Order: sequence, then structure tokens, then C-alpha cells
Amino acid sequence: MSLEDKLSKIKYEPDTVSHLRPDQEKCKTCKKKICTYVCPANVYEWIEDEDKLLVKFENCLECGACRIACEKKCIEWEYPKGTKGVTFKNG
Amino acid sequence: MSENKTEVIVVGAGPAGIACAVKIARSGHKVILIERGKFSGSKNIFGGAIYAQPTREIFPDFEKTAPLERKNVEHKYAILGEYDGTVVSYTNKHELPVSYTVLRGKFDRWMAEEAKKEGVILVEETVVRELIVKDEAVVGVKTELEDYYADIVVLADGVNSLLAKQIGLREDLETKDVAVSVKEVFKLPKEKINDRFHLNDDEGCIYEIFGGSMLGMLGLGFIYTNKESVSIGLGVTLDEFEKHKTKPYELLDKLKQHPVIAPLIKDGELLEYSAHLIPEGGYKKIPTIVGAGVMVVGDAAMLVNNFHWEGTNLAMISGKLAGETAVVALAKGDFSENSLDRYRIELEKSFVIKDLKTYRNLMDEIHLRKESFLKYYLERINMFFEMFISVNGVPKRKLFWDFIKNFIKNRSIKELFKDFFSVVKLLWSILIK
Repeated sequence: MSLEDKLSKIKYEPDTVSHLRPDQEKCKTCKKKICTYVCPANVYEWIEDEDKLLVKFENCLECGACRIACEKKCIEWEYPKGTKGVTFKNG
Repeated sequence: MSENKTEVIVVGAGPAGIACAVKIARSGHKVILIERGKFSGSKNIFGGAIYAQPTREIFPDFEKTAPLERKNVEHKYAILGEYDGTVVSYTNKHELPVSYTVLRGKFDRWMAEEAKKEGVILVEETVVRELIVKDEAVVGVKTELEDYYADIVVLADGVNSLLAKQIGLREDLETKDVAVSVKEVFKLPKEKINDRFHLNDDEGCIYEIFGGSMLGMLGLGFIYTNKESVSIGLGVTLDEFEKHKTKPYELLDKLKQHPVIAPLIKDGELLEYSAHLIPEGGYKKIPTIVGAGVMVVGDAAMLVNNFHWEGTNLAMISGKLAGETAVVALAKGDFSENSLDRYRIELEKSFVIKDLKTYRNLMDEIHLRKESFLKYYLERINMFFEMFISVNGVPKRKLFWDFIKNFIKNRSIKELFKDFFSVVKLLWSILIK
């Protein structure tokens, strides 16, 4: 089963604006890009052609792994608004 | 200011926050419990089982009405190689259950409803963005909509506790001190679960999994049986993913395919995939848990005993002790750091800090020796049994000596001694001092 299929089982109410805001300038200089490994929802994807970190915040499981793992400490991370984000039923 | 002022605000309606709020409400004080999720438990993830004794300390009759899944009667320790495994099992159907499996979306919600019945004011779908600090004391919270003031604010806002960080009670976590856990819940008919795990009716089984897809990594896996579903997951420290160029869900997928594990969840329909962080730093990483007008409880205070898979119980008891301290402070009208320090003292007297102190060296040693303890010896245990059951015309004495030679050859005497001293050091710190 692909990650997309797994994520499709989760109840989300995505916001229109991202609650995850990496400093793209710092991302450009980041060698390891650990966010692209640790995220359990694969929220972060490095787009080589555009020299840019794609943030699929609507898939976020709100665990906080990226915030801690980021070597540049450049992800402005906050919880989604009270009515938004993920709702787990079987946690 | 007066209409938005209460006696205590508790941020986060998980086990710690609810236990704290209930204690305060029972003493007749005003307490507001703020939860960011749609309902309590909707953002919470664990293995998981809750423990009967500590839960009774908060809700004495919980076994009668709480939404429990199964009572755990069997604990299995699965030591997995790449393709094989050794499983040790302990079964006790005689004594009262030590733990019950629950689903947090149901159980935390039930606890929060019970808390409401006892006078706690529950405010859901509300994120506390910031603490309000005046004259170096916490005096309230800023939510998205408005500011609330209180004599005491209790931070039960979970492992990420941005609020404890905001007021400098804790540093940012290091990647080695926190695990990311992923979990999948599979729907299976009750009869099938009972057959596969050798259970009757409402009995449950817990698997603690070592090795397998996590060989050589600081990580462990788990399986819990629910009424009509099976939860499987693993938690691995954050620093392993970059090092091993792998992702959390890839490790779980691989674990699910292991021959020892696969039959247990076969044909299950995936109900939910989830993830959460686990504080793994132990005693040495407990932050400052008391300040003027503020106390920190549960995961926010890093209170997890990872060696024994305990977390919700430490959360509940820390919440309870903070609640009791709040009541004492309210009676005195003294919300200073000195007054609230009673919570820290009581927590240190309790099993919570005592246990974490007992295991204070564990994580450091495991980090240093994970190639041995989480790979080499796990593999050797399986290789021993592979050798022991083999029927291949080779005389047994030769088989034994080959195993012993191999054991020493593949790990230098120096490393074996280091492992030995590491175990001695750990046992000393656990049993003596």
C-alpha cells in the first residue's frame, strides 16, 4: 500500500494557508534535508528544478518531527487552527 | 479582564491534563481545560495500553463505563532477525489485568466527558498560541480568539510543548532524545483476532518487537489487540532516518512483511495511519517543570519510561500531583514558584521520577552500544536457535563450537568486554545506585 493510500484513510480538514513555513533561502543551503526523510507523511519534497522545498502541509500529521530534525532550525512550525488539521479516531 | 479570569487553566486534554483538571474541580475550584483538537483524544496517539492502577487513582470506577478494548493477559517479546524470530511469551489470565488496550479517540474523549461531569469546563477546538507573562509570572494564555487569565496555568500540551519552550522552561529537543512513531490500525473480525493471538473473549495480547526492519537502529515495534482491530507500529529515534536513508513508514511496511508478523495482520483492512513523537530522553532531559504561575505535566515534561513502555500512567500521576499542588496553592493564595514547587517535590517522591532516575543511564548506553544490543545479540539469539534445531548430519559438538567461534570471531573481545561492562554499569545503576 502506498503512502498516499494510507493518508487517504485519515480524516483531515486542511487549512488554506500552511502552518509549516520553512525559510526557503536556508533550505537552498541545506545539504542533508533531513525533513525529506523523517516526515511520516512525506510532507517535504525537494524540487531540484525549482530549487525549492515543496510543503504538502495538508498531509501533515502534526507530529513535530521536522521541527526538531531540521538542521537549519528554519521551519516555522505551529499547530493548525483549532478547527483544522488531522483528526485521529484510533490513536 | 475579570470575566476572562479563572483559577486554573490547563492546556491540553490528554491523560495528564484531564487528571490535573479533575483533581482541581473535585476540590471545588474553577478550572478550564483547553484542547486544540475537535475532541479530546483526536490528536493523540500511543501504542497502546492504559494502566489500571494509575487510572483508578483518577477515575476509581473507570472499568465499569470507560470504552476499553481488551484486558491484556499476554505479553510477547519478539526478537526478530532479517527473516527469522524468537518469541518469548508471558501469559497470566489469573490476576486482575494490569493494562487495557484503548483507542485514544474514544478513551480520552470519555475521560474528558467524565471531567466535565465533575465541573471541569472543557473548551475544544482552541489552540493556545502563547502564554501571557507578567512580572516574570505566567498569568494567562492567548488563544486564537481571546486572552484568558488564571492564577495558575498547567502545561499539558504534549511532547512538542511549544509553550514550555516559549517561557524558557525547556530547550529544543535533540534528535536523539525523541522518537517518531508510526502506527497502523487494521480492522479484523473478533474471532480472527482471538484465533491468531490465542485469546478468549475480551482478552488482549501485546507484542514488543526488537530488531526486524529496525536491526541496529534505536527503535522498537509493537502490536496491540483491540476489540475488532489490531494496532501495529514502531518508534525509532529521529537521528536514525537520515543515517539509514529510510522513512518511518518504510520501516513499518518492512516490519509488516516479516514472516513472524505478517500472518497476524493478514487480510486486515487499514482503518487509520497515524504518527506521533515519543520523548525518549529520560531523567536527564526532564525540563524545568515549575515556574511562577506555571507547572508542566505529562509528555510536555518528558515523563516517559521507555524501557517499560509507560507514559500515560506517568502523565496521569504527574497531572494528579500538579492538580493537588494547585489546590494547596489556591487555598494559600500563593502562586509563586516557591509555592508550586510542591509539585516537583511530590513528583520526586513518587515512582515517576524514581523510575526515570533508575533508568537515567539507559538511553546513553543503548545509543553507544546499539550495534550490540539492538543488532548483534538479537541476531545471535536467532542464530542459536537456528543452530539448535538444525538436523543436517553435522555432529552437535561441532555445531556448538562453530556457534561459539563465530560469536567471538564476529565481535572482537574488546567489544564483548565493552558490552559486558555496559550491562554491569546499567544493572548497577538500576539495582543499586
